[in-house]
Amino acid sequence: MAKIWVYAEVGPEKVAPISLELLAKARTLGDAEAVALGPGADAAAAQLGKHGAKTVYVSEDAAFAEFLAEPAADTMEALVKQHSPDLVLFGFTSDARGVAGRLAARLGCGLISNSLDVKAQDGGFVARVPYFGGAKIADYKANAKPAIVLLRPKSVEASEVGGEARVEQVQATIGATSKRARILESKVEAAEAVKLEEAVVIVSGGRGLGGPENFPLIEELAGALGAAVGASRAVVDAGWVPYSMQVGQTGKTVRPGVYIAVGISGAMQHTVGMKSSKVIIAINKDAEAPIMKMADLGVVGDALKIVPKLTEAVKAKKGR
Amino acid sequence: MKIVVTVKQIPDPNATQGLEPDSTIARDREVVLDPGDEYGVEEGLLLKESQGGEVVLVSMGPDRARDAIRKGLSMGADRGILITDEQLAGADALLTAKVLAAAIKAESPDLVICATESTDGSTGMVPPMLAELLDIPQLTTAKQVEVSGGKVTIHRQTEDGYQVVEAETPALITVTAGVAEPRYASLKGIMAARSKEVKELKLADLGIEKGQPAETVLAVNDAEARQAGEVVEDDGSVGVEKIMAVLQAAKVV
Repeated sequence: MAKIWVYAEVGPEKVAPISLELLAKARTLGDAEAVALGPGADAAAAQLGKHGAKTVYVSEDAAFAEFLAEPAADTMEALVKQHSPDLVLFGFTSDARGVAGRLAARLGCGLISNSLDVKAQDGGFVARVPYFGGAKIADYKANAKPAIVLLRPKSVEASEVGGEARVEQVQATIGATSKRARILESKVEAAEAVKLEEAVVIVSGGRGLGGPENFPLIEELAGALGAAVGASRAVVDAGWVPYSMQVGQTGKTVRPGVYIAVGISGAMQHTVGMKSSKVIIAINKDAEAPIMKMADLGVVGDALKIVPKLTEAVKAKKGR
Repeated sequence: MKIVVTVKQIPDPNATQGLEPDSTIARDREVVLDPGDEYGVEEGLLLKESQGGEVVLVSMGPDRARDAIRKGLSMGADRGILITDEQLAGADALLTAKVLAAAIKAESPDLVICATESTDGSTGMVPPMLAELLDIPQLTTAKQVEVSGGKVTIHRQTEDGYQVVEAETPALITVTAGVAEPRYASLKGIMAARSKEVKELKLADLGIEKGQPAETVLAVNDAEARQAGEVVEDDGSVGVEKIMAVLQAAKVV
């Protein structure tokens, strides 16, 4: 059986959802094992086991949470050399990208990033990678061992299998000069009421709303629907709303039951993050906008008039 | 302070795009300086203005990638280095990082600035690989940057807020679109850029052997496109009626 590793992202309070998604994929490819580094690793091991990790290598060393990338890359390098996994899976997340990039450069093995899927083929691994924001899909074969693949969040559904992991404490192997990028503090900006990644319904606003003063229309509709609020990169870059609300290639990937895109033209940058939604509704003044070609329902009209009416209709319906 | 900014020429993200028969990105289309790199150039220029020093643009690409460097020079960067070699066509992230690292090492910069990821490839892997090969720390996804007393401090974008991260220079930072508003090149800047130096390097100049690629492209296919559904013109009421019907069918109202 191939040995498939998952680089688990753990914190004092939780395991990142992506890590459980990676385990669901790892189980289908061989013997799944996980590496959990930093405060919270011990507690995470049980949950990683329930999701199919047969062994979890853990270290509670605080340095993993105090410094970016390098301590984790050092320790991963040592562990990979010691245990020779066939494939190492990372999430396509900001933290994991930093670790995976350094590890691959150090091992000289390269990696396949931004993947949607990975499968075993001809004794190796082949990953599916979107190009041009998702218009094309390339099949990449990894030529090195270990193969390193970064999977996009929400590419696989996490599921429990109820196992129990063997927990192996490992020594943090941290180079003398690796404690360089020090995290001085972490700040949480106003957390949204409904999390984008977990929402059943999402209402997203874009440049077509005209200005930040109209964004509350989106929030009111979302409030009536019990939905999460999203946004296009254009309005995040313009400073209307915080980055945590951004859906798309450089933001969050979501797959809700219903996605309502208001004043969003449907640039690839955005659609790659939401095109797996079950139902897509678009409201846009431009009938030729790309979003209209992928929406289950496209309404051509003035969002500033339609959205308030829709909010009233939803409230009336729900009030009954 | 010497600042290196990596820049990349990409197919215009707003134009129709295609692939060559060998699955590399077709470069005969309209090409532009990656819009993501303009933020890095701007941040470099701001730091130069406050600290003094020099901004050097480094790029790998075909000969015409010189135009992307020229764009950055017209914004105000001081000079450019273009690594161009037919052997580098289709280079993967690791080879790209090795080439950039070799060229940058010779410059001994205090700070290397990269975009978080390219707009065309979106793999985001060159910056951490580059930092590793240069043996410097990486401070990623900066939306705010400060340099003083031999230290760089950033506000690092996270899922739910930001972190304050600090390192001694030399260091590599990646910047997000929010870090600074890129300036437009003035006519004076465009004129001045014509006489700025763009040094050209080949693979052999850097002492790098191409080696075996870490990945092989087996196939490239069109992604499954979603089918367009119904499109209705709103007349003041039909839009809301249709949306309510879809929401009811999806059982969310």
